[in-house]
Amino acid sequence: MELLRFATAGSVDDGKSTLIGRLLYDTKSIFEDQLESIERTSRDRGDEQTNLALLTDGLRAEREQGITIDVAYRYFATPKRKFIIADTPGHIQYTRNMVTGASTANLALILVDARQGIVEQSRRHAFIASLLRVPHLVLCVNKMDLVDYDEAVFDRIRNEFRQFATKLDIGDLTFVPISALMGDNVVHRSANMPWYDGTSLLHHLEEVHIASDRNLIDARFPVQYVIRPQHQTNRELHDYRGYAGQVGGGVFKPGDDVVVLPSGMATRIESIDTADGPVNEAFPPMSVTIRLTDDVDVSRGDMICRPHNQPRVTQDVEAMVCWLSEQPLSVRGMYAVKHTTRNVRAQVRDLDYRIDVNTLHRDETADSLSLNEIGRVKLRTTQPLFVDEYRRNRITGSFLLIDESTGATVGAGMAL
Amino acid sequence: MTAQTYELSHLQALEAESIHIFREVAAEFERPVLLFSGGKDSVIMLHLAVKAFAPARIPFPVMHIDTGHNFQEVLDFRDRTVERLGVRLVVGSVEESIAKGRVRERPDGIRNPLQTVTLLDAIQDNGFDAVFGGARRDEEKARAKERVFSFRDEFGQWDPKNQRPELWNLYNGRHHKGEHIRVFPLSNWTELDVWQYLAAENIELPPIYFAHEREVFRRDGMWLSVGPHNTPREGEEVVTLKVRFRTVGDAPITGAVESTAASYEDIVAEIAATRLTERGATRADDRLTEAAMEDRKKEGYF
Repeated sequence: MELLRFATAGSVDDGKSTLIGRLLYDTKSIFEDQLESIERTSRDRGDEQTNLALLTDGLRAEREQGITIDVAYRYFATPKRKFIIADTPGHIQYTRNMVTGASTANLALILVDARQGIVEQSRRHAFIASLLRVPHLVLCVNKMDLVDYDEAVFDRIRNEFRQFATKLDIGDLTFVPISALMGDNVVHRSANMPWYDGTSLLHHLEEVHIASDRNLIDARFPVQYVIRPQHQTNRELHDYRGYAGQVGGGVFKPGDDVVVLPSGMATRIESIDTADGPVNEAFPPMSVTIRLTDDVDVSRGDMICRPHNQPRVTQDVEAMVCWLSEQPLSVRGMYAVKHTTRNVRAQVRDLDYRIDVNTLHRDETADSLSLNEIGRVKLRTTQPLFVDEYRRNRITGSFLLIDESTGATVGAGMAL
Repeated sequence: MTAQTYELSHLQALEAESIHIFREVAAEFERPVLLFSGGKDSVIMLHLAVKAFAPARIPFPVMHIDTGHNFQEVLDFRDRTVERLGVRLVVGSVEESIAKGRVRERPDGIRNPLQTVTLLDAIQDNGFDAVFGGARRDEEKARAKERVFSFRDEFGQWDPKNQRPELWNLYNGRHHKGEHIRVFPLSNWTELDVWQYLAAENIELPPIYFAHEREVFRRDGMWLSVGPHNTPREGEEVVTLKVRFRTVGDAPITGAVESTAASYEDIVAEIAATRLTERGATRADDRLTEAAMEDRKKEGYF
């Protein structure tokens, strides 16, 4: 059974909670005691309907203020796949939350209200999904029951969104007309929309092809930890030296010629070990331990790759950065950088522009980024990084900016 | 995994993610520790830690916050496991905390909430800077918002409104001296994943997780086990039933469920069909108030 992670974006008004509630309910993923508990709370608060958002809006402040503070993770499974939903709130801290949820998502699900059509928020969500390179995007046109299941309404919204999407970099775009409340096209195909020839939303989630979303071409292995058993009695283990990590791209096999960065030393893969024994190949996101034929000096933060396919080794990084902190990004500011397993420091040399997430307008006069703003920056790092373009590899192209005094994560970076 | 398509099953993907988290902590922290009670989630944690560092030994000790209210079978299992793996066991004793006057016994005798003081004392005394816990986001609604790397201030407090955003597979473990990070490698696992994985890996568990005959009595809608720490009150009738435990915690408040599931296969089938969450079914401590878990977590609970 495969694992699919998807991010949902939208607000309560779009019927997002109802949709998630229906997915969970119809796949029998809500338990009786959970349902009883939220029914009781809904009644106590005077809500007319059971508020499914209460399933995870469990923090005191969230219930008191009726808002969602943070990304909530929900889980469900069908016989075909296991799903992790990163449910990102639509109003407060929307960019920060959606960027977080989208960073690990295979698929983004955007809801629009059939009566409203494409609104500013829908465009913003689509832009963030494309910026974060979420491979699959699904636009759910919800509340079709309120527009008499009219094909013309669906077509108009689809065409308008398609036109907007040409300005973005979206790989796979799917449209589904649904009514989350009535259940049309959510789990089962609806008899109310015979003109729709696609599949139900759940069927799409179960079948969408995600195996090719990973980069299986550019072999990248960021060394995370050196395993040295230092066994006194077992001679074989005494000499054991393995490089543990999670494959960041490509396929590694024993016997492969490899190069270790930054030293540039050429060697060969002796074996690829796991606790269950050696394996014939390793690919993302496997966590394995690589042993090399030669006794070369390798430590955490180094990268194993193939001689004729190497990442850029550079101290100058251009990137799109989403700002996550109340304290604005300042040009010339120093930050700690976490990139793959490598920790360096970096200075912001320049802010090329700030992008308006609603209009995509680029403001080249901007000199700082505030919370939830996105811009293109030039960084100079204290040590070289081994970087790929984020659009080519989400693992070796992404990094965090960290405030050195508070330790807070303040920026999410995507290398260009 | 299949060679042609390079696909991992959901259990393999979850395992790979958890192993990555274990290694990240071992690489970036000075004094990590793994909370190990002998309960099923902590057993999986230890199993994953073994896998993450094989063939070397686990490069950190394990710690049990002992309420003194234990199931003997679980204590025996704990000691046997620690011995087999050659890891160091640190025990933080709630009984000792009570004797020292650090905490006072509650009138109801429930010691689960008292563990927080013992835990924080043990973290401070040993200078631990990262503490692995087996909590999962599907367990409880306050935990649904928890990070994999969860920052705790010098008082061990969790501030749910001010958490670090967590992106990609990049974890920020920055902290100052005296502060620490709680690490939850099983964040994305569900109860069903846990049981499927236990079964797939054939991992040994304390026997009380499997159906067995036991003397129990009914209290607060749960079957509680008769034992040294659990005496039935007047009017509570003792019966012998075939039961098993879905969770194992402080004995006086951990309920058993009626079950005939004696093997992993049976349990996976039973969990897949169950209509109650494991905490709803078996943990009285979470029923105290709507936000019981959030309040305890803010104070530094697991």
